[in-house]
Amino acid sequence: MSNVLVLVDHIGGVVPRAVGELATFGKRIGSVTAVVCSSQSASLIPQLSSFSIDKVIVCEGVEFEKYSVGATAQALQQVVAKESPRAVLITSSARGKEIAGRLAVRCEFGLITDAIDVSAEVIATQSVFGGSTTVHSSISHGVPIVTLRSNSVDVQIGSTAPVIENLSVSYDGVDKAVVTSLEPAVKGGRPELTEASIVVSGGRGTDGNFAPVEEIADLLGAAVGASRAATDAGWYPHSNQVGQTGKTVSPQLYVACGISGAIQHRAGMQTSKTIVAINKDPDAPIFDVTDFGVVGDLFAVLPQAIGALKAD
Amino acid sequence: MKIAVCVKQVPDSWAEKKMGADGLLDRASVDSVLNDLDEYAVEEALKLVEAHSPTNEAGEGSGHTITLICMGPEKATEAVRKALSMGADDAIVITDPALAGSDALATSLVLAKAIKDGGFDLVICGTESTDARMSVIPAMLAERLGFAQLTFAGSLKLEGSNISIARQTEFGIEQMSAPMPAVISVVEKINEPRYPSFKGIMAAKKKTITTKSLADLGIDSQSAWSKVNDSALRPPRGAGVKIVDEGEAGKKLVEFLRERKLV
Ligand SMILES: Cc1cc2nc3c(=O)[nH]c(=O)nc-3n(C[C@H](O)[C@H](O)[C@H](O)COP(=O)(O)OP(=O)(O)OC[C@H]3O[C@@H](n4cnc5c(N)ncnc54)[C@H](O)[C@@H]3O)c2cc1C
Ligand SMILES: Nc1ncnc2c1ncn2[C@@H]1O[C@H](COP(=O)(O)O)[C@@H](O)[C@H]1O
Repeated sequence: MSNVLVLVDHIGGVVPRAVGELATFGKRIGSVTAVVCSSQSASLIPQLSSFSIDKVIVCEGVEFEKYSVGATAQALQQVVAKESPRAVLITSSARGKEIAGRLAVRCEFGLITDAIDVSAEVIATQSVFGGSTTVHSSISHGVPIVTLRSNSVDVQIGSTAPVIENLSVSYDGVDKAVVTSLEPAVKGGRPELTEASIVVSGGRGTDGNFAPVEEIADLLGAAVGASRAATDAGWYPHSNQVGQTGKTVSPQLYVACGISGAIQHRAGMQTSKTIVAINKDPDAPIFDVTDFGVVGDLFAVLPQAIGALKAD
Repeated sequence: MKIAVCVKQVPDSWAEKKMGADGLLDRASVDSVLNDLDEYAVEEALKLVEAHSPTNEAGEGSGHTITLICMGPEKATEAVRKALSMGADDAIVITDPALAGSDALATSLVLAKAIKDGGFDLVICGTESTDARMSVIPAMLAERLGFAQLTFAGSLKLEGSNISIARQTEFGIEQMSAPMPAVISVVEKINEPRYPSFKGIMAAKKKTITTKSLADLGIDSQSAWSKVNDSALRPPRGAGVKIVDEGEAGKKLVEFLRERKLV
């Protein structure tokens, strides 16, 4: 049976749910081998136990944190040479895509990024041009490397304990860029933006007061996002920015509060399944993509909605 | 210092984009502009040169050069002019009918060859082209050139021949440093791109744009490693409901969410 490699990303030692999604996609294609490249593999491996993974290959080393992207691409190349996989699946994060790109160059394999689905035949589905067009793509050269956006599939739960294998890898003149320190993205109690099934975002219309946005987000179990106007003003951290130069989110429900819906913002949220907006301006472009639009003041509408939700 | 700035011409972000029958973006039907994220790369190059120039200005007398590198159709020279009018010194445009439909592997191969031939110390890119949106070209260039990869820079400092950046990704902020040569990509928070001045626009008309073909670079006709099998317009969103708040909109919003089983 064919074999699929899945790269185990982690943020501050926590394996994101997106890795479980990769395993779920991988199962369609063949048996799943997870690849852990880290100096903290002992704490990462147990986190894989609930996913559908058949085997784990561990490349232990400090290089991966020290040299960021380049070392991981080199390690993966050696795993690919050993395993001859049918496909390599990686998360569509900034870092994941860079690793995929460097691996593609090293191996001369074709690369597809930002897929939202991949079939048993390794045909990838992408949603392009702000979600207006759906594209099916395949690789015509080498082993397909596909990066997948998180929140694209329900994670399938695994039952069998994976086989663990250690692999020692070598590096030729690794990337000379050295990481001297890391300030991890602050994790609040809320779900991660790209993984949340509901996202509530605030824009310039909040005038810096995110309290009602956060309150309804917490009632809904949602992540909080922000437009660039809001992050530029310092009202919310850049890591919460949704849009072309922020994160791309694709939740079940996206609620835009006081956001006009500029093309750069829409580029990051247009593929959400249901879109709701609250905006004072009836002509705001956000209403072109909403399923339910409220022309009104967010400081009146949100508190009333919060009250109605609490009345449950 | 010899700096290369990679700039791409892309369809205007506001334009409706669609696929042609050949599975490629239909570029003929939309206006093309300089990728706005690349303006930040041009600005950062100018700031670097200005900070290390005896005249505090870029251009002749600064002791440094900024060369734009662009792969694209012949009319990409229009977008390149804009970056020249911001203050870059000259440009190389790689254009060849065989490059139509190039993917990231092919693009990075061509750009890397042009950069290698030019003997640059520093390559500065935007983080993303607004049409392809892959964000992989800078990392691929670092791999192909064997240069240090300093990407997603939210700030940048050059001391001697050492560059340090604050890399901003979903991981948080990583402080990184490396000696030149390096490939840098800059996020849009790093600076505020200048508007071309009238003087800049006039000067740009006289600046040299060298056009090169694949044969000039000594590369065999390059095909893509990936292909689009088919594409379809997503069914348009059903016209949504839009209500004007007359005092009950918050409740109606919650009703809508309940109907859709979202709460
Ligand atoms: C290179 C580049 C990259 C960019 N990347 C991004 C990106 O990643 N993400 C992003 O979001 N933007 C991005 N932008 C910026 C984008 O163009 C817009 O400027 C930005 O999205 C506007 O944010 P906003 O909607 O919050 O503010 P505005 O456009 O000012 O809209 C505020 C809205 O709030 C409404 N409002 C005001 N008060 C209230 C109230 N009390 N109740 C209800 N509604 C109210 C107003 O009617 C208005 O529609 C980028 C721009 C550039 C040039
Ligand atoms: N055809 C091209 N010509 C010149 N530079 C490019 C080209 N394509 C991409 N780039 C550079 O690479 C960056 C990232 O692009 P991408 O990987 O396509 O999202 C852009 O911001 C440009 O700086």
